[in-house]
Amino acid sequence: MPAKRYTPGQALLLDCLKDPHSVTTLTVRQWSLLLRMAKICKLTAHLGWLIDQHNLGHSVPEKVINHFQAAQAIVAYRRRMAFWEMNRLQRALADCNTDIVVLKGCAYLLADMPFANARLFADVDILVEKSTIDRIEQSLLAQNWQTLKLDDYDQSYYRVWMHEIPPLRHVSRTMEVDIHHTIIPPSSDLQPDPVLLMRDAIGLDNTPFKVLSPCDMVLHSAVHLFFDSDLSNKLRDLVDLDQLLRHFGTENSQFFEVLLLRAKVLGLQRPLYYTLRYTHQLLATPIPDAVLQRSQEFAPPAPIRLLMDSLIPMALLPEHPDESFQTVRFARWLLYIRSHYLRMPLKLLIPHLARKSLVRFTRSASIT
Amino acid sequence: MNVGHYSLQEVLEKTSRPQGLCFEVGPFTARLRSTHKDFINTFRLLYFDVPVISDDQLIDFFIDMRAPKSHRRWIRPQIIARIDGQEPFQPFAAIHAMPLFEWALNWSIARQGQHHLMLHAAVLERYGKALILPATPGSGKSTLAAALAQRGWRFLSDEFCLIHLRHGQIIPIPRPTPLKNESIDVIRNFAKDVVIGPLFEKTRKGTIGHLRAPTASIERMKETATPTWIVFPKYQSQSDVIMEPLNKSAAFLKLATNSFNYTLLGATGFNVVKSIIETCDTYNLCYSNLDDVITQLDVLSNNAR
Repeated sequence: MPAKRYTPGQALLLDCLKDPHSVTTLTVRQWSLLLRMAKICKLTAHLGWLIDQHNLGHSVPEKVINHFQAAQAIVAYRRRMAFWEMNRLQRALADCNTDIVVLKGCAYLLADMPFANARLFADVDILVEKSTIDRIEQSLLAQNWQTLKLDDYDQSYYRVWMHEIPPLRHVSRTMEVDIHHTIIPPSSDLQPDPVLLMRDAIGLDNTPFKVLSPCDMVLHSAVHLFFDSDLSNKLRDLVDLDQLLRHFGTENSQFFEVLLLRAKVLGLQRPLYYTLRYTHQLLATPIPDAVLQRSQEFAPPAPIRLLMDSLIPMALLPEHPDESFQTVRFARWLLYIRSHYLRMPLKLLIPHLARKSLVRFTRSASIT
Repeated sequence: MNVGHYSLQEVLEKTSRPQGLCFEVGPFTARLRSTHKDFINTFRLLYFDVPVISDDQLIDFFIDMRAPKSHRRWIRPQIIARIDGQEPFQPFAAIHAMPLFEWALNWSIARQGQHHLMLHAAVLERYGKALILPATPGSGKSTLAAALAQRGWRFLSDEFCLIHLRHGQIIPIPRPTPLKNESIDVIRNFAKDVVIGPLFEKTRKGTIGHLRAPTASIERMKETATPTWIVFPKYQSQSDVIMEPLNKSAAFLKLATNSFNYTLLGATGFNVVKSIIETCDTYNLCYSNLDDVITQLDVLSNNAR
């Protein structure tokens, strides 16, 4: 995508993410815009962290530092809550004698990924073997975790069509626990074998929890962003992928080779293709040319490729909070429909969407 | 240049532009956009002395007060607070725009002020020393603070006691005080030259009238103050003034549980509360007559001078 298609705010945000040194020349008005853009996609603390990493704090105005500090205080709080929730889970599930793999934000924390400390996240996600999920749920319910209030439709939707059971939350805490038996809804075309993921998960010091192997961590994050979300304002998730690739790519020179192979084994070529393409394009993630070349064979047919090239950046990148463009709203709507279509065959999707919009309609009608 | 320097028409022109009207709220900056004339009129009255700044400064809060995009724009009109692209609240009746705006500002401060310890308290200052009046239900702290502000105390804040995490000083954030129900007349009768905005009836807290912050406290809002006394007020009809020292551990708990972000700040929050509890004198205060209680608090401040 040519640079001229970014709005000034998007360009500022991407420049800062690609090269934090770009902040040394910002005017106050640009700082103001950068902070607003970062806030929409929950990247304020991340920018503060990046700037610290590059020792650029001296070129940041005092009032901007306040914003970073405030955002980092919130992140630190959520992190404490997450560690506490994991601590309680570990105690509650000690008798279950089964492997528990922590996913996403909490996994980055446990695996000591540097960027995890500036990442805002809302819940604790875990992956367990499907055969043990009832036992785990019952055990937690018996120990004062509760199923969040859902109607019967939502309950059965989760149980039948989702890759996770309805979220649980301890009666005296705020952190949600999502328990998965695989990483994508079973009705999706993608069918990575959860047994392989569990088998290759990595044990850690100081915790009985496991985390996915580096390749699987990337692939899970890729599936989640490109095949299980509407991508709207999800630049943060692309930043996760960028950071994971940078981290593992530096740690292991063979990483990208292994990643390509692993994607084939799990049947996750397409999400990997999107990951490599858009991290490289939007965030200048250092990916060897040969790897980019080889990932071309995972690309969708040309018309879809071109369509996605125009839709995905439009949806991922935040809009200026004072402006909203019809084309962007349309792009996001298309990707919203796509996200549902990917998760469910049409004969399920249409009744589901009809029901959701009916509920939304009656709800909004009852408010006004 | 202050808000009141401009005529209503000029303020309305500014708030109707895309770049809005930018102004200072204590340590924060805000941009307001709205075309609602009645609301802007009230805003101008209550924020009369507040400094207007140019829009090329760093702005913390972006608040638009605007009509919904539905029939409620015309029929039983409503108003929406849009805060930096988000709409966190249900619409209000359009005539209640001012309470909604104040609520939006409170929400913004509570969310973005995490580089302070934020206590739910009124704060006044005399001779550089700050009196913290935490807000417990039935405390009457707004009325007491408003009365003190008319008797030689500098008004720093009615809602947010902002304590800087690094130097532990209190940062003023003088804004209009929402007086509720009987308090409105109490303050009107207490001092003749106070400015109270239009009364808003049937809000969630009954009738509300906003008391404009004293000009002097807006002019001196960059001057911080040292936390010195923490007094937990309790209004009790017919009571004499009874001020009793409160032991520090009890004061710690009362203060911490009355904070907006004590839990969020974790160890930092604990350390800041600990240090202000250690350096401040802590009291429980029972009162009914404002003149009597002010005499008592003046003694406190004179003795420490």
